[in-house]
Amino acid sequence: MIGRFTLSAIVAFGLAVPAIGAGGDGHVEDFGFSFEGPFGTYDQMQLQRGLKIYTEVCSACHGLQYVPLRTLGDDGGPHLPEEQVRAYAAFWEVFDEDLDDFRTAKPQDHFPGSGDENAPDLSLMAKARAGFHGPYGLGISQFFRGMGGPEYIASLLDGYTGKEKEEAGAVLYENTAFSGGWISMAPPLEDGLVEFGDDAPNDVRAMSQDVAAFLMWTAEPKLNSRKEDGFVAVLFLIVLSVLLYLSNKRLWSPIKRRGADDA
Amino acid sequence: MAGIPHDSYEPGTRAESWLHRRLPVLSLVYDTLMIPTPKNLNWMWIWGIVLSFCLGLQIVTGIVLAMHYTPHVDLAFASIEHIMRNVNAGHMIRYAHMNGAALFFIAVYAHIFRGLYYGSYKEPREVTWIIGILIFVLMMGTAFMGYVLPWGQMSFWGATVITGLFGAIPFIGEPIQTWLLGGPAVENATLNRFFSLHYLLPFIIAGLVVVHIWAFHTTGNNNPTGVEVRRGSREEARKDTVSFWPYYIVKDLFALAVILAVFFAVVGFMPNYLGHPDNYIEANPLVTPAHIVPEWYFLPFYAILRAFTGEVWVVQLASFLTGGIIDAKFFGVLAMFGSIAVMALAPWLDTSSVRSGRYRPMFKWWFWLLVIDFFVLMWLGAQPAEEPYATFALIASAFWFFYFLIILPLLGVIEKPLPRPDTIEKDFDEHYPPDGGASTKSVAAE
Repeated sequence: MIGRFTLSAIVAFGLAVPAIGAGGDGHVEDFGFSFEGPFGTYDQMQLQRGLKIYTEVCSACHGLQYVPLRTLGDDGGPHLPEEQVRAYAAFWEVFDEDLDDFRTAKPQDHFPGSGDENAPDLSLMAKARAGFHGPYGLGISQFFRGMGGPEYIASLLDGYTGKEKEEAGAVLYENTAFSGGWISMAPPLEDGLVEFGDDAPNDVRAMSQDVAAFLMWTAEPKLNSRKEDGFVAVLFLIVLSVLLYLSNKRLWSPIKRRGADDA
Repeated sequence: MAGIPHDSYEPGTRAESWLHRRLPVLSLVYDTLMIPTPKNLNWMWIWGIVLSFCLGLQIVTGIVLAMHYTPHVDLAFASIEHIMRNVNAGHMIRYAHMNGAALFFIAVYAHIFRGLYYGSYKEPREVTWIIGILIFVLMMGTAFMGYVLPWGQMSFWGATVITGLFGAIPFIGEPIQTWLLGGPAVENATLNRFFSLHYLLPFIIAGLVVVHIWAFHTTGNNNPTGVEVRRGSREEARKDTVSFWPYYIVKDLFALAVILAVFFAVVGFMPNYLGHPDNYIEANPLVTPAHIVPEWYFLPFYAILRAFTGEVWVVQLASFLTGGIIDAKFFGVLAMFGSIAVMALAPWLDTSSVRSGRYRPMFKWWFWLLVIDFFVLMWLGAQPAEEPYATFALIASAFWFFYFLIILPLLGVIEKPLPRPDTIEKDFDEHYPPDGGASTKSVAAE
């Protein structure tokens, strides 16, 4: 009886979630990212590659308006050295309201917003899309595989079939991950488009994952430390639970007329 | 307190008696903590402390969040990102607040269903029950307004849909809706007042919690047998009870620690699992999300709201009888609020003199059907408003009312309850035999 009550509560907590998310009905591949699971962390080199891809390709249209440039130097991120952060920031121009003009960006500034008004800001994209759904709206899939935001981004970038069509004067590109199957964004990546210093693979599939990982970091920059904190908290609470369990047992044993020795 | 004979507070030191003569606050604390509590309470009686913890957690994290949040349509979304990125431990505080709301509702639903099963709402605890339902309603209001504050897509569209409910009230609906929103649509004025009320309501809840506790400390706790504590003498009462401190406080803290271990696993490892991805997109009045879905804890009531469409004969009948004043939309609103109202009326709808479901063979079955019904409604609330979900939702909603309005009054008449133990002590001794049981070697304590 009690067990069933508790079970109901767990079911309510674990399963009964709205699983209908943005992202739609396209095919999303379950890429294996380094930051998945309770102990997964960002791969610093991958974030740096993703930053390079974003800078050289995506940033032409898409902004990262919520991301301060200085955080590129943070632990648990791309972790660039300070002088590199400064040099990188100088790459951008930002609008300064005091000057009423554009100036070179400093580390304390944010990335610029989207240059193209049809291109959504990417700061939070990896959390604003769900790649996995169901089954039957029960949220079980998301429980085991995660929300699937970065998987959705990687699948989308890697999901172009090469087909195009024109509709109402706009060119649409067939994409297996995009809801409805046709997207207005032209395929942004091609094999070998971005060169990495460390000979990391730079085919479309690898780069899609790199930039998806980077965008997960822009959306959730504190993921590493959050998991550490969660781990410490859970560990502490387990120890506390054991101690409280034993205290409780001992406390009640005279009331329940049990020998104090089995407390 | 509790009408249960017990030791009363005696000031121990001179300082205590000095204070006691001027303000008997220590006596109040003593009576509250040392209240005689039935010694057979099971694990379903731990939710009260979990709920108190949740309220404290939400207030403390909320106050910190309010220091960094900006209630303005152009700045709110960015200020949340500021909290997530720049405020020390801001991401943990926000995730604890977000998921704290979820834990709050898990606990409140467990607490309510415990009350429904063990007849905790019955005489003489009706006032405790009514205050509890009032707290629940305020919790829903607070949670709803809190969800609007991040000013994401679901915030905005959820607010638009739910405040639209008031517009369904005949004649006065639209002026009321405009008054609530502070304008013709959800906009800056709405965000501002929601922030103000979201900050205010938890303190009203805290006040009601005090009254809730006061009420059941006056009547004494219910317990799994539903049999009252004997009040003939202090010795008699002592056989049925233990003092709340330390016995139940330590037990409850143990349960709380276990629940918090799970809670922090969610906060640490999957903080957005219970959220909706669309709320990481800034509110845009020009773009409607494909599916507008409330938070999971509203889904059962959201399902009831949507279940009664114009094609349902009850709705058509109501519309015909009232000359069209009650249309499908208003009927849905009435059904949603009615589903909570019937819960509040449970003390008078339930005609059985037996409190605990443990001794009610027929009631048990109906109760578990109601629990299943609740989860089915929760699931249906997240489904699109189309077949076959619409039919399921109608059946499940109808069952909710059927349980409270038909089953509860009827069972009291037709059901033959099982024999109940005469005293709490007897029930307790059945689980923990006084001789220590044949199998365990026992050292007679006491």
